This record gives sequence, structure tokens and C-alpha cells, in this order.
Amino acid sequence: MTTIRNEMQWIDAGPLEAIPSPGARRLPSAHGDIAVVRTGSGAVYAIDDRCPHKGGPLSQGMVFGERVQCPLHGLVIDLPTGFAVGPDTGAVSTYPVRVADGRILVGLLPQTASAACGGGCACAQAA
Amino acid sequence: MKKEKLILVGNGMAGVRAIEELLALAPDKYEITVFGEEPHGNYNRILLSHVLSGEKPFADTVLNDRAWYEKHGIRLESGRKVVAINRARRQVIAADGTIADYDKLLLATGARPTMMPLPGSHLFGVMSFRNIAEVETMLDLARPGRRAVVVGGGLLGLEAAYGLKQRGMQVTVVHLMDKLMERQLDAPAAALLKRSLEERGIAVELGAETQGFVGGKQVEAVRLRDGRTLPADLAVVAIGIRPNVELAQQSGIHCQRGIVVNGSMQTYDPRIYAVGECVEHAGNTYGLVAPLFKQAKVVANHLAGLGHARYEDQPLATKLKITGIDLYSAGHFGGGDGYEELVMEDPGRGVYKKLVIRDNRLAGALLYGDTTNETWYYDLMRDGSDISELRPNLLHGHGHLGDAGHSGAVAVASMPDETEVCGCNGITKGMIVKAITDKGLFTLEEVRSHTKASASCGSCTGKVEQILAFTLGGDYSPAPQEKPLCGCTEHTHAEVRNAIREQHLTTIPETMRFLEWKTPDGCPKCRPALNYYLISTWPGEAKDDPQSRVHNERVHANIQNDGSYSVVPRTWGGLTNAKELRVIADLAEKYNVPVKVTGGQRLAIPFIKKEDLPKVWATLNDNDMLSGFAYGKAVRSVKSCVGKGLCRFGTQDSLGLGVAVEKKFWGAWTPHKFKMGVSGCPRNCAEATIKDFGIVGVDSGWELHVGGTCGVRVRATDLLCKVATDDEAIEHAAAFLQLYREEGWYLERSSAWIERVGMPYVKKRILDDGAARQALAERFWHAQQFAQVDPWQDRAKSDRPDYEYAALEVVEAAA
Repeated sequence: MTTIRNEMQWIDAGPLEAIPSPGARRLPSAHGDIAVVRTGSGAVYAIDDRCPHKGGPLSQGMVFGERVQCPLHGLVIDLPTGFAVGPDTGAVSTYPVRVADGRILVGLLPQTASAACGGGCACAQAA
Repeated sequence: MKKEKLILVGNGMAGVRAIEELLALAPDKYEITVFGEEPHGNYNRILLSHVLSGEKPFADTVLNDRAWYEKHGIRLESGRKVVAINRARRQVIAADGTIADYDKLLLATGARPTMMPLPGSHLFGVMSFRNIAEVETMLDLARPGRRAVVVGGGLLGLEAAYGLKQRGMQVTVVHLMDKLMERQLDAPAAALLKRSLEERGIAVELGAETQGFVGGKQVEAVRLRDGRTLPADLAVVAIGIRPNVELAQQSGIHCQRGIVVNGSMQTYDPRIYAVGECVEHAGNTYGLVAPLFKQAKVVANHLAGLGHARYEDQPLATKLKITGIDLYSAGHFGGGDGYEELVMEDPGRGVYKKLVIRDNRLAGALLYGDTTNETWYYDLMRDGSDISELRPNLLHGHGHLGDAGHSGAVAVASMPDETEVCGCNGITKGMIVKAITDKGLFTLEEVRSHTKASASCGSCTGKVEQILAFTLGGDYSPAPQEKPLCGCTEHTHAEVRNAIREQHLTTIPETMRFLEWKTPDGCPKCRPALNYYLISTWPGEAKDDPQSRVHNERVHANIQNDGSYSVVPRTWGGLTNAKELRVIADLAEKYNVPVKVTGGQRLAIPFIKKEDLPKVWATLNDNDMLSGFAYGKAVRSVKSCVGKGLCRFGTQDSLGLGVAVEKKFWGAWTPHKFKMGVSGCPRNCAEATIKDFGIVGVDSGWELHVGGTCGVRVRATDLLCKVATDDEAIEHAAAFLQLYREEGWYLERSSAWIERVGMPYVKKRILDDGAARQALAERFWHAQQFAQVDPWQDRAKSDRPDYEYAALEVVEAAA
């Protein structure tokens, strides 16, 4: 019998109210900066805080619908998938988020680089 | 063969139409008796509004006079009200005791006006608007100068209001909802209608609830919930109708809201049919005439014994019968999920057209000002026709199709040069082609202005565009139409702003709801625009929404490409001193960053990390330095030269005025960044003639220049005027700034705005009327009371949690 070890590590990013709805904040972590985003509808997402275009801090962007716009040049990231909204291209890693007892928990997988595209994209194949 | 007995109860439009249809199918089948409450033959109730307005005499509305009944052997019992049905004996009983037998009974008892159980409803002069007797009473009471209040801003209420206005009365419409005819119109169309009514002298009170009627025996006033009383010699209540089911209900026939009928118009008693406003079919009740006539056809088919017709509901169409107001609404005009909307607006002509499409089928149409194609749209809607092919020209209407599309292009190519294209102006194809090639014309507007082709009635517009496309080949692109603000809405900047102003909207969610935004919380394009329109329209009232500010405005600093920020304090008129320089130098040293002199004569401290911003600001604030708004769509700096205090050429104290102007104008939010400059002489060292507002000193005073810009494109200012004193310069600047704030689109620089509206317009608004200029300036100073808040100080002094500037922290690794 094999035991599957859950390697997911959850970190506590503080209370839900610490993020405006809609709004976002930066969360420094062992994996680098993460943008924790709360949408107007109340959903919470966590993505890499680095725009695929020129590295802009996505945590500083305007949140609308299920999207965030980079403050530097306006690239828009679709939060559920981490993909840039067309015609722009690129993607950021996404992290699982759950809210428990009013606190935001972000799951850090050791390898999340291709989580956004489910491992099917060119970046995963190249890796 | 013995005739069966048919009784019709209700001598109105639907019932009598059913009899007419029946006579056409089976003229000899029945011995027919008609009971009518009113002492008339059958008349066209729809035209009562024209009788009220005096556009038609009552006689013109009569559909069937007594001779018609006689001719068809129909017994007319007018003035007799049926009070009971004995279904077991198959008899109807009238109030006066008349009893009549039936084999088949047709109920067409119509509808009754909804009256409110309000105090004073019984007073003389409070009435509904349903029959000719009421119209006659209204006409008795209507005297020029007397006052009428119409309760209800729906179709009937507005027609009553118009009729009474035509009789010279002072009319006010009181409507509970926030827009007129809310069941038939969307916000822009309702707003156009309101404007048209007001232009006709009819006052409109929206969102106004009627509390009661005041008077002794006769009505004297209408009291509103908000405490106001509107004087009224006549009060017409037109807030809706409900099916008149009294008789059917008392006779044990199943009724809900109306008399329930099946697709054959048969009630739960198989010998009894019902038709018209009194029925309920598939959950619907009716108030418009088209479905009633269809029902009449169906019921006639069954009464005639044919039994194959079936009533099904179709899209409803409404027309407002007010002379000079063309309004048509049909089907599902509201849009929503899965619906697309095609919109054409021409506020100048008062035209608004909206077509709602679902799955390539027309689902609804709303036409205001131009209803010429209503029947075509209705047919497309009713038949569920695929409109994909028609779509490019759908909004232009039926008449347009022949000249457009590929067939049109081919037709134009083969058209001889002598063919007259524009009949109004006698312009041939050859003349148009020659103008295009000789003068290098590219747009329809240019062709119009050079040749007058299609400039009059416009019916040849399609042909002219085809000729243009054919002549230019690939160089031609159709004239851009006024675009919606963004993908979240169909409304243009103008409409959004007008709605905010007219509807007194003060929050973004409220505005989105009112204008039926397609997205839940907008996008980075519309949210900052809405925020600007709200705070500039309702200063001190609309609350600024930080999350709808573009990033730099939200954090009161300019983000740099490495994610750090630059801090630019105000330097009034570009004048600083040792103390301020020392503070800036200390900060630069503390954070180990350089200092940059900016284009606006200021000092920027770059490379400040976000979490350090509040500390930097606090230090600056402690030394009386305020935010320079270098990040904002706002009044930026006022650049000035040293002026006559120092300069040997200076004619005026430009530095003094520059400092004064910046102190008065800082903090104002504008559609786009707004730069100012003051030069002391025409050598113009402050480069005032490429500023949004430039002031240039001359010996006799100041020249005022507007609409300059120096960026991707350079535009020198236009001269606005010359003034003698500093105060005049400041008043003109405030008026200009306010006009631009009120009428410029978000992200439209003053230069682009001036090019759009034209300098003559700006001059007219600022220069022609001193009182108007002062009013503009006063609105600006009023707004400044709320705008001159230093966001840095606000932040540094606030005890709000520092969510914006501090990062989140990992509290601990969770399980």
C-alpha cells in the first residue's frame, strides 16, 4: 500500500477583510511575491505578483469582474486561469486559495509554474 | 334551420370586432344581441386622446353606428348593464330586469381603470381616462390657464397630459417610477421623451408618489408623499387597468387576474367565450389593441364552428399618440444576458433607435423620433426571421437595403455618370466622383459639404457611400459612429454623463444599474470615467471610489517600471525656498535616491518604495508641502517665468500670478491632466501657449490662451481673449476649467475637446454672457471646497488600516 503525501503547504495570509472588495494586496512568501486578489463578487484568488509582460506588480492593479489589470501597461490577467486576456499572451502561476474562519489560506505547491495551463502549454513542455 | 342565439356582453372594440369577423365567416348562424353599458354604438377608445386634444371630433371615432347593427339584424341593448348570468338556464340578466337567452355567450367586459384608495379620490374632478363620458367631463373642466395633474406617466397618462395641454391647461405629470413609460422604454428613450414633453410645456415629476387629493367638493390640489401639494383643477388618474371580471366571477366562471380562457378563447364554461381586456390567456392580460383583434379572429372562427384557429401571444408593440412625438416600442427591448443591442443615436435630431437581437433574430425594437421602419421590424420579429444578412443595414431600415451590400456596389459600378444620385440637390454620380477625385475627399461628410449630395433628405446616403467606396477602393472607411463608453455598456460618454446629471446618480453601482451595465462591476475603462463624472457632477455629494481610480491616483504617486514610486510635492508656481529644498535633500539622502527636476518646474523624489510613501508624505506635510498631483487627471503645476519683478523684459508679475493661480486651482479633478502656465511677456518663457490654459502678460494686461498641448502631438493654444486684471484672468480660467470639466469626455485633453466642440462654442460660453461665465466660475469654486484636500495629509493623518501601503504578511504556516 502506498501513501500519497500531500505536499501542499497552506499559509495564512491574514483576515479576509484586510483586502478591499474589489481589491488586491501583495503577499511576500517563500515563493516570491504573490498577489492576493479579492473580486467584487467575493471570490479570492492568488497569482504570481509579476506581470508576464514587463514584470509589473499585479497586486497593484485594478480588479474588475474576475480579472486584474497590470498598473504598468494595462495587460489583463484572467484570475481563474492565470492567462493574459487576448490579444495579449502570457500567463502567471495561480495558487489555490481557501477561506477558513474568515482567514485567507494560500496553498503553496512546490511546483506551480505550469498550474495555470494544466501542464499542457509550451512552457511545461519546454521544462 | 333555426338560428342559435349569441349574446355579446360589452359593446367595445374587441367584442364588436369578434362579431364583425363572425359575420364574415357565418353571417346567418346566429341571432345576435349586444349588451353595452355605455349609451353609444361602438367607438374607438384608442382615439379618445385625439378627442381630448381636439384633433378629432367624437364622431370620427365611431366604429359602428346604430345603422350597422340594424343592417346586420343585431339587437343592440345599449345603456343596459348585465348584472348576472344564469348559466343553468343560459340567460343573462340586466340591471333593469331584461332577461335574454343564449346558446353561446361572448364576454367582452373590458377593463376598469385602477383607482387608488387615496383620500379625496371621490372628489369631483378626480377621474380616470377610459370613456367618452370622462373625456366630456375633462373638456368641461379644461380651461386655458387652469391646472391639471395627471397621475401616471404611462402611455395613457401621457396622452391625457398632452390632450389637456392642447386645451390650454397647465399640466404636470406625476409618475411614481424614475422614468416615463418604464414598461415600454429604456433609460435613453425615456429621457428623450421627457425632454420632448417638457419642450411642449408639460411638467414631469418623476419618483413622485401621490398621497391624496385635497379639496372641498371639487379637487383643488394633489398632495405628494414628499409633502408638496400641486394645485389642480382637474386630476386624471391613469396608473393602469385591470380586467373587469366582476360579472364572470359572480357567475362562477373561473377567473384569476382575468377571465381564464384557452387558445380557443373559451372559458371554463364551454358555452361561454371571452375576448379582449377582460381575459387572461397563458398568464397574460392585455391592454393594447393588436392582440385583442387577433383574439376576435380566433373567437369568431370557433363561434362559426370552424374550430381551427388558435390564439397565441405575439410580441407586443406600443405607439405613443402624441402629435410630433414618434415613439414605437415592441417586443423585448430591454436586452440582458444573451441579447445583443444595436443602437443608433442622434440626440441633435432627437432620434434614438435600439434593436435587440438574440440568436440572429430580432427580439425587440425601440424607436424614438424615427419610426418609419416599425412595421418591417415588427414583421421580422413576429416571423422570427434570420437577420444575419440584413444586420449591417438593419438600423437604417428597409429602404436602405437596395443601395448597400455587394449588390449595391456592383450597381454603383455600372451606373452611368449622368445618373442622378441625389434628387434633392440634382447631383449625379459623375459630379460626386469628380469631387472625390479632384478634391481628394475621403468621407461622407466631405462629400456632403462639397457636393450637397445626401445632405438634404439623406435617402441617398447609401448610394453616396457606395460611390465613395467604389471610387476610393481600399482607402475608404465608413465614418466612425459615436461609440459606447466601453464594452460594458451601449451608452456613450454623453449619455452616461447626462443620466448622472438628470437622474441625480451619485454612486457607480447606482449608475450601472440605471444604465443597465452589461458587466457586474465594469472595467478599467469605464470605472475611472464613471468615478470622474460622478465626483465632477456632484461635488461634495458623490463619494470618491478609490478602487475605481487609475492606479496612480489611487495611491497618490506615480508608479515606476521597477514598482517603486516617485513623489512630487507642489512647488507653487515653480517657486521654492531653502527650507523646502532642505527637506527634499534630507529625504533624498535618507532613502539614498536622486532628485529629478521635472518638466513642470518641480522636484521629484524617485525610487520610493510603496511602504515608505506615507512616511515620506508625512515628512513633507510637516514642512507644509502638499501633494503635487503629478499622478492625476487633475490640475497639475502652474509653470511660470520670473516676470517683471526680476526680468528686464517682463511686463507683468507672472510669478505672483502663477503662485496665486496654483493656490486657487490645485486639487481640481479634470477629464485629463490639465497644465497651466503664466508668462510675463510675449517672449513666453513659461511656454504658456502649449498649456491647457496659458496666461501671457502684455503691457495692458493678460492674454488668455486655451487648448494647448505638447506631447505625442503638439498643438498651440487658441487665443480666448484679453483681460486687464489678475482677477479677470482667474475668473476666466475658472470658467474655462469648469466648462471643460462639465463637457469634456474622460481622457479627452482640453485640446481634443476644443477641436470637438469648436472654439466659437467655447468663446460663446465663456465670453458672450458675463453672468454665464460667473455661474461657471462659481460652480468651479463650489467644487474646489471639496477638492482641495491633500491626499497625502489625508493618508498620513488617517487612522484607517494601512491596507494600501503595507503588504500582507504570512501569519504562520497553516495546517
